[in-house]
Amino acid sequence: MQELGKVESNSTRIIRQDDKRVTIEKDLDTEHMVLSMGPQHPSTHGVLRLECITDGEVVVEAEPYLGYLHRCFEKHCEKIDYPAIVPYTDRMDYLAGMNSELAYCITVEKLLDIEIPRRVEFIRVIVSELNRIASHLVAIGTYAIDLGAFTPFLFCFRDREHIMNLLEWISGARMLYNYIWIGGLAYDVPADFKKRVDEFVTYFRPKAVELYKLLTENEIFVKRTYDIGIMPADVAINYGWSGPMLRGSGVKWDLRRNDPYSIYPELDFEVPVPDGKFSVVGDCLSRHLVRALEMEESLRIIEQCLAKMPEEPNFNSRALIPKKIRPKAGEVYGRAENPRGELGYYIVSDGKSTSPIRCKARSSCFVNLSAMKDLSKGQLIPDLVAIIGSIDIVLGEVDR
Amino acid sequence: MSSSPSLNTWSDALSGFSIGWFPLGLVIVAAIPLVFIALYALTYGVYGERKISAFMQDRLGPMEVGFWGILQTLADILKLLQKEDIVPTAADKFLFVVGPGILFVGSFLAFAVLPFGPAFIGADLNVGLFYAVGIVALEVVGILAAGWGSNNKWALYGAVRSVAQIVSYEIPASIALLCAAMLAGTLSMQQITLMQAGPGGFMHWFLFTNPIAWLPFLIYFISSLAETNRAPFDIPEAESELVAGYFTEYSGMKFAVIFLAEYGSMFMVSAIISIAFLGGWTSPLPNIGGLELNTMTSGPVWGAFWIIMKGFFFIFVQMWLRWTLPRLRVDQLMYLCWKVLTPFSLIAFVLTAVWVINH
Repeated sequence: MQELGKVESNSTRIIRQDDKRVTIEKDLDTEHMVLSMGPQHPSTHGVLRLECITDGEVVVEAEPYLGYLHRCFEKHCEKIDYPAIVPYTDRMDYLAGMNSELAYCITVEKLLDIEIPRRVEFIRVIVSELNRIASHLVAIGTYAIDLGAFTPFLFCFRDREHIMNLLEWISGARMLYNYIWIGGLAYDVPADFKKRVDEFVTYFRPKAVELYKLLTENEIFVKRTYDIGIMPADVAINYGWSGPMLRGSGVKWDLRRNDPYSIYPELDFEVPVPDGKFSVVGDCLSRHLVRALEMEESLRIIEQCLAKMPEEPNFNSRALIPKKIRPKAGEVYGRAENPRGELGYYIVSDGKSTSPIRCKARSSCFVNLSAMKDLSKGQLIPDLVAIIGSIDIVLGEVDR
Repeated sequence: MSSSPSLNTWSDALSGFSIGWFPLGLVIVAAIPLVFIALYALTYGVYGERKISAFMQDRLGPMEVGFWGILQTLADILKLLQKEDIVPTAADKFLFVVGPGILFVGSFLAFAVLPFGPAFIGADLNVGLFYAVGIVALEVVGILAAGWGSNNKWALYGAVRSVAQIVSYEIPASIALLCAAMLAGTLSMQQITLMQAGPGGFMHWFLFTNPIAWLPFLIYFISSLAETNRAPFDIPEAESELVAGYFTEYSGMKFAVIFLAEYGSMFMVSAIISIAFLGGWTSPLPNIGGLELNTMTSGPVWGAFWIIMKGFFFIFVQMWLRWTLPRLRVDQLMYLCWKVLTPFSLIAFVLTAVWVINH
C-alpha cells in the first residue's frame, strides 16, 4: 500500500487498477490541482472535508479536515448530571442511538457497580441489535448511492422504516431515543412487543437476501469495490480500527465476544469475517460484506433474545434506577460494540459531584477515519468515494 | 424498394403549401416531430422516469400535482422559469451561456433525419445515418464549453470525462450502425426503414432477417447508453463523485435546456436503434392469411405510433438499467469501449459484410 502513488521517475507513477498494479506514463508534465471535496459534497456523508491534491483523476494525497459538527460533547458532560448525558450520547452516533446509550449506561453502571434486572438486559440487547440493523442498512444504502446505484438505497430505507417505527413505538422517538437509562429503561416494552419484533424479523429476512442479490452480488458493484482501498490487518490494528472495518481486514475482533457485556455470552451468534474467496481481505468489498452478513447475525440475536426474555407482568423498568447518581471517586473505561466499532467512554468521578469531572468518548468513526490519508494515496477519485463510503462515518460521532 | 412515391404524396402536398414566399407547410412537416419530442421530453420523459423509478423503488413518485402527479413536470418547468439566471462571477460568460445551446442544438438537429412515418421526415438526406452520427458529436463541444466555462473543478472533471467517453464510444456505435447500413445498402434513414417493411411485419426487420444483426444491435445499444451519459455510464455527471458533473454550476432555464437535451438524446438514440435494426415506423404485426394485421396497422399515423412506441420501449430499458445498476469507473468504461466493444464491432462488421456478399 505504501508504494501506491509513488513517483518512480519523472514520467511514471504507480496506481492501482483492478487487481494489478499498473504504471501510467505521463507524456505531459502537468501541475497538481488542489480539489476541496466537501464539506458540501454528496458523498462525504455529512460535513467531512477532504483536501485532495490530484494529478488528473489520481489522488496524490487526501487530507481529511474535521470539526464542522463539533458540539463540545465532552465539556458539556462536565456540567450536567449523569442521567442527563444519555440524550447527548444519542446525538453522537445518531444512526445508532441505542448502541451509544448502551455503551454509556454500562460504563456508568460499572462505576456504580449496580445489578441490572435480566428483563432490562434482554430489552437493551434487542433494541440495540435492531438499531444495529438500521445503522447497517443506512451504511449499505448510502454506499450503494456512492457507487451510483440508487434503488438499493431506497430499499434499505424502506426496511429501516420498520425499525424506526418499532423504536418509536417503544421509546417515543425515531432516532434520538433517550430510552436506555442508567440502571434501567425509560419504559418497559408494550404488551405485544414480542409479536411485532418477530413480525419484523420474518419480514426482513427475505429482504436482506434480496438486497444481497441486488447489490452485493452485482457485477459492477463488485468491480468497483474489489481490491480497492486495501488495509492490511497489522496496519489496521496499529491505527486502532474496530468494528466492521477491522473485521473486514480479517481480524476476528468483536467486543460482544472478546470483551462480553450485558447478556451476549449467553447468545449464539457468529462473527463474520471475510475469507478472501469473494473479496480480497481488507478491501472495500470485504468491509461491505461484513456489514451485509452482520445483519443476519443481529436477526439471530434478536430471535434468541425474544425466546429467552423473561415475562414479568407489572414490571417496573425504573425500579432500580438510582435517585441520585454520585459515584464514589474513581475512574472507569467501558466499551461496547457499536455498528461502527468500539465506542468507549472514559469517566472520572471525584466522589462529590453528580456529574463526571471528565467524560471522554472514544469514537470508532474518528479512529477509523484517521487512516483516510493512507488509504487514499494513489487512488482514483471514484475509488476515493468508494473508500469514504466503506469507512461508514457518522460525522456526529467523529466531531462530537 | 428504392423509392416510395406513393408514401410521400401526403407530405409532398403539405410541403408544397406556402403562404406567399414562406414555405409554411415545409416548416410544419419539419417541426412536427420536433414539437412532439420537445413536449414528450419535457413532460412525459421526466414524468415517466420519475414514475418508473418510483415503482422500481417501491414508492409512489409524484402524486400531488394533478391526477397521479401528471402535471408535476409542468410545475417544475414553471419553477425553473422563475429562477434567477445565475452566471458565476468567475465563469467564462460566453462559453457558459453558449454551452447549453450547443448541447441542445446538437441533440435536436438529428431529429431532422428521423423518419416518423412514411410521410413524416424532416429531410430525407441520402447520408441521413451519417449525418445523425456526426451531428451528435456536436454535443461534445457543448459539454466541453459548459464544463470549461463554469470555471469549476468538478465541472471540468465532468466535461473531460464526458468528452473522452463520447468520442470513444462513437467508434463502436458508428461501426455497429454501419452494419445496418450495409444490410440496407443505403445511408438514408427512410430507405433503411423501407428495406425492413413488408407484409411479414417484424420478420422483415434486420434483427430477424439475418443471424448477425443481434451483435451490432447490442453493441449500438450499449454504446448509445454511454453516448447519452445514461447509467451505468453516467460518469460525466456522476453525482456522488462530481457533484453534478459538467452542469454543476447551472440553474434555472439553462439547467432545463441541458435536461431537455439529455432527454432528447435519449429518444434520438432509441429512434436510431429502432430504425437501424427494428424497422423504424413499420408495424411489427404480420399478415396471417386473411387477417391482414400488417396492412391494417400501417400508414402515416400508425407509422408515427410504432416508432414512438419502439422509442419508448428503449427509453424504458434505459431507465430500467439506470435504476438497477451501479456506475462503472472511468477506466472500466474505457476498457469496455476499446477492448470489448470495438473489437466485437469490427467482427460484426466483417461478418455482416460476408453475409451481405453471400445473400
